[in-house]
Amino acid sequence: MRAPGNGPLPLRAKKLAIGWKGRGREPLSSGIDLVVDSGDFAVLVGPNGSGKSTLLRTLVGLQPALSGSVELCGTELRRISVEERATRVACVFTDRADSGYLSVFDVAAFGRYPYTDSRNRLGPEDAALVERSIAAVGLAGLEDRRFSELSDGERQKALVARAIAQDCPLLVLDEPTAFLDAPARVEIFHLARVLAHSGGKAVVFSTHDIDQALRYADTLLLMDRGHRLEKGAPEDLAVSGAIGRAFDGESFRFDVSTGSFRSAERGIGLKVELVGPEGPIKDWTGRLLERLGCTVCRAGSEASAIRVSLLDDRPAFELGGRLVQGYSELARLLEELLPD
Amino acid sequence: MKKVSSILPLVALAAAALALFLADLAIGSVHIPLAGVIQSLENRSPDPVWKSIVLVFRLPKAITAALAGGALAVSGLILQTVFRNPLAGPDSLGIGAGASIGVALVVLAAGSTGGAAFLAGLGSAGYSALALAASAGAFAVLFLILIVARRVENSVTLLIIGLLIGYLAGSLVSLLVYSGSPQKVQVYLGWTYGSFSAVTADQLPVLGGAIAIGYALTLGATKPLNALLLGERFAETLGVRVKGARYRALTAAAILAGAVTAFCGPVAFLGIAAPQAARRVFRSSDHAVLIPGAALVGAVLALAADIVSQAPGQGSVLPLNPILALVGAPIILSLFIRGSRAQGSRDRGSRAQGNVP
Repeated sequence: MRAPGNGPLPLRAKKLAIGWKGRGREPLSSGIDLVVDSGDFAVLVGPNGSGKSTLLRTLVGLQPALSGSVELCGTELRRISVEERATRVACVFTDRADSGYLSVFDVAAFGRYPYTDSRNRLGPEDAALVERSIAAVGLAGLEDRRFSELSDGERQKALVARAIAQDCPLLVLDEPTAFLDAPARVEIFHLARVLAHSGGKAVVFSTHDIDQALRYADTLLLMDRGHRLEKGAPEDLAVSGAIGRAFDGESFRFDVSTGSFRSAERGIGLKVELVGPEGPIKDWTGRLLERLGCTVCRAGSEASAIRVSLLDDRPAFELGGRLVQGYSELARLLEELLPD
Repeated sequence: MKKVSSILPLVALAAAALALFLADLAIGSVHIPLAGVIQSLENRSPDPVWKSIVLVFRLPKAITAALAGGALAVSGLILQTVFRNPLAGPDSLGIGAGASIGVALVVLAAGSTGGAAFLAGLGSAGYSALALAASAGAFAVLFLILIVARRVENSVTLLIIGLLIGYLAGSLVSLLVYSGSPQKVQVYLGWTYGSFSAVTADQLPVLGGAIAIGYALTLGATKPLNALLLGERFAETLGVRVKGARYRALTAAAILAGAVTAFCGPVAFLGIAAPQAARRVFRSSDHAVLIPGAALVGAVLALAADIVSQAPGQGSVLPLNPILALVGAPIILSLFIRGSRAQGSRDRGSRAQGNVP
């Protein structure tokens, strides 16, 4: 699976301070130490305004660091020319631009830009690499399609293909899953992880999609509202409560046991016990109860029991001597039983 | 970029330009048959009047039209790419207005030896000064727009700023006109109508030289211009020194538009319409194709407009700008409507896919 690199570290930040220069302005965040190795998939999450984009821009040199240093492949960013930098880090930003008549191939071929002559001609190896990159993101066959005619997900993939074609040890993607529907988001996460684990790239990826981040990231980079950066295995940050502290708002909170965000309102507040054979019907009954704000108790507690079974191929529930079929009927019954 | 079959349309456009060029030599108050035109060009015309009409009057005018059309088109192409705005052009961004301030200052505010005498007496040197002034005025406006564009991304706002700069230039010019002598004002007003016929054979090298410099700068910027298509940040991550590339490209655009404006007056619409037409003809966004393509489309349009302006025949000639406006305005209007429609559907699309949390 993971193949940690033996070469210089693709990305290392030491005592980095980020933010905007200006009189009387404090750095947004300082003292950031960060290492991303080859084969490492690091996902940056944080609430809006926490400074994710500022951090990414600073890491790739699009914005100057206020203090501290960033090293790309062992060389300090300041000592790397703009042209050289483009061979060490490939970026995907979600700028929307009118791409006119550019085809998928044209867009992916921009990845070879740092390597081509002044007339930007592609050699046979360049063209082959571009084709391979397009195939790697699953867009083979769409090379001649106009970029502007792609779906949002395909467009994002084409931009990732461009980043692959740029052939850099470090890939930085700023919110590549924004504007995407759920399946396309999962695809991008999967693709990024494959690039890290099989492609041996160091991948840094910012997103609002914490559910997927927790499922896919090797390292979670967590920026909280106070612009402090915490990092570690996603599980460590979940269990330590760091994710909850970073995100919890008045109306929702991070549920450590499920790894997802839930409404902070308690809803019905009924305590129930689930009885019946293990399986999807019982699992989804648990989810329904959670959605309605009920608490599921262990067997043997004082709580009233819901008996789950299958009747005529439909889920059936027995509660307080009443039998209902289907989840919507169960929901109605639970609301009837409200304590108030 | 992948080469689409762009040779065929290039050849076709070049042939069209050549045909229109010859037609432009033939058509006018005195009709000269094509054979006569060619004989005159080869310096073996039996009719000395024809020869003098073709060589002294029509040839410089046709060359000017071809050069100016191409230069304005390439200038517009650069501006549209750099500002990522399909409606950008030398005139819509107020660059023509900037050039007219430069010209007005030279013509109207020049010392006692200035004005008409300045132009008539100094010949190509006077026109060089005029070209320099127009280019400087064009560049000053471009620089201003560049500063504003860093803060304003919105295309419409940029165009409104261009319009405001146009008004500003207009008011400055009218102040100069008000205080200028009637003779100088006459020269200036003649310039504002736009014409390809004011350039004489000995002034042509100045115009051609300025345009050649502009083209050389443009060709050097082909690669970064392509990278700028997807935005400045995109280009920067590909290793483009964006600031430098943008200034070089805009300098080229200012020289091209400034030189043409100095010699031919503020020629309207060509700079916006020709690059748009070139994109549609070549179905490409690659500047390696679009630079020669737009230049040819611009030359074709300018020659066609010049021929139409001779239409009344018998000595009277229509001014250039109204003709270009008649053709250009509907093209730009359709682009604007189509552009805003596409923009609208894009906005709806991204709203519908808003992301949580």
